[in-house]
Amino acid sequence: MHIEPIRIQGVNKVFKTSGSDVVALKDINLEIPQGQFVCLLGPSGCGKSTLLNAAAGFALPSSGSITAGGKLVTGPGPDRGMVFQEYALFPWMTVEQNIKFGLDIKGTGAAEAESIVSALLQKLGLTEFRARFPKDLSGGMRQRVAIARVLALDSPILLMDEPFGALDALTRRNLQDELLRIWAELGKTVMFVTHSIEEAIYLADRIIVMTYRPGTVKRDVLVNLPRLRDPASADFNTLKRELGQLVMEEQQRHHNSEILAAAVD
Amino acid sequence: MSQFKWRDVATGLIVPVALVVLWQSAAALGWVNAHVLPSPVAVVQRWVAYLLPQVPFDPAAGSWLAWAVSGELIVDSLGSMWRVVSGFAIGAGLALPLGLMMGASPKVYALLNPLTQVLRPIPPIAYIPLAILWFGLGNPPAVFLIAIGAFFPVLINTIAGVRHVDGIYIRAARNLGASQGTLFLRVMLPAAVPHILSGVRIGIGTAFIVVIVSEMIAVNNGLGFRILEAREYFWSDKIIAGMISIGLLGLAIDLGVTKLNNHLLRWHRGLEH
Repeated sequence: MHIEPIRIQGVNKVFKTSGSDVVALKDINLEIPQGQFVCLLGPSGCGKSTLLNAAAGFALPSSGSITAGGKLVTGPGPDRGMVFQEYALFPWMTVEQNIKFGLDIKGTGAAEAESIVSALLQKLGLTEFRARFPKDLSGGMRQRVAIARVLALDSPILLMDEPFGALDALTRRNLQDELLRIWAELGKTVMFVTHSIEEAIYLADRIIVMTYRPGTVKRDVLVNLPRLRDPASADFNTLKRELGQLVMEEQQRHHNSEILAAAVD
Repeated sequence: MSQFKWRDVATGLIVPVALVVLWQSAAALGWVNAHVLPSPVAVVQRWVAYLLPQVPFDPAAGSWLAWAVSGELIVDSLGSMWRVVSGFAIGAGLALPLGLMMGASPKVYALLNPLTQVLRPIPPIAYIPLAILWFGLGNPPAVFLIAIGAFFPVLINTIAGVRHVDGIYIRAARNLGASQGTLFLRVMLPAAVPHILSGVRIGIGTAFIVVIVSEMIAVNNGLGFRILEAREYFWSDKIIAGMISIGLLGLAIDLGVTKLNNHLLRWHRGLEH
């Protein structure tokens, strides 16, 4: 039987708070095939990060199941490399030590680890920075290191939580292109969280638009535009308008519920 | 390190030089009794005498080096330093593993924190009677008091350091497959180092205060003993010479700790170089 890299079945996630329970995810069902680049799109509070964290194993679903490579997700693991918006590099380690950290844990031999690290430094244009500490790098460079760190373990699945959200527009485009190049070369399955419609269209094979509380799948869109995509093209903008409408409906619900919450207080 | 600026040095010297000139004039003009406040020249003379060996060099008695460091000041300074270093090593050496355990394990923390909070406010000086009762006179009570002085700052800061490790590092490490052991040794411990080092800095400062006090009470040498002894003979110039020595030694310790700090935290953002 063919096993999809990521299978999300009947996933619910409820956060218990002192007042009332918040249903963050409700009955999510997704099958993500090998090598697909999927963007989870929606306003804040739509549960896209919650779903990603569930797949990463940091916060398991309240009910339902997630399998990765056929195995039930019960906790975090190096088969699902995670890239965080805050980079999460270890500041006390140099660029090289950060990238090598996962290999040390895995027990990769020194010579092999060295060649993997050198190749990744090369691939991401970090060779000159290998002995630097993260504090001496720009945001874009830090995120390159974070990507290299998960690539070092050669995990089949990449989970990315708004990885370029804190970067300026030019650096962001630069890293998006880099990511697409790496993804095309290595054939990873990617789950990428963003609230930028343009970023989702630029990157994804498939965009999952999510609803605001409870988080459900509002629309599952396949993007059939050839890469590299031109954000100024007519097709790109037709899709952007369509998705923009969907996302703004949810953003409006988010806004209304905030006003309601403030009125109750 | 920024460039050495002669202008800054000159600016920094204005007030001290003016004070010394005023002090010297006050002494020379007889405004104050020399027993109460000796002249700076007398203090410097006394300091040099305190520094130099008391007997002329005699090749038959031993090596030149041994003679050169046989001055009372050097013997006292080494004595005080030795007590600070050994007391600090014991205090911090016990506090560090205990703090790591209390920081990492809520169970250990719940077990030991109440006692820690009760003992912590007791100033190390308050342990003097007990220290003498338990250890008699000499080095042991002094080292005990210094260890107490160093123990709590290192303990409290180590606990805080481990408990305040940013959760994102732990998530990143677990995502990369780190076991509990790796997580502790390679993530939580280094992440806690800035806190631990500020505890070390406070601990060394406390140890240095306690060494002077304990030498005044329980030991027959060292800088603290020497200035109290000088008072009994009304050697006010030697009291001040001793105080200046204590200040210089304290400054040297602080510079050493700062240097260690800067090296260990060279990765840390917002570090002054």
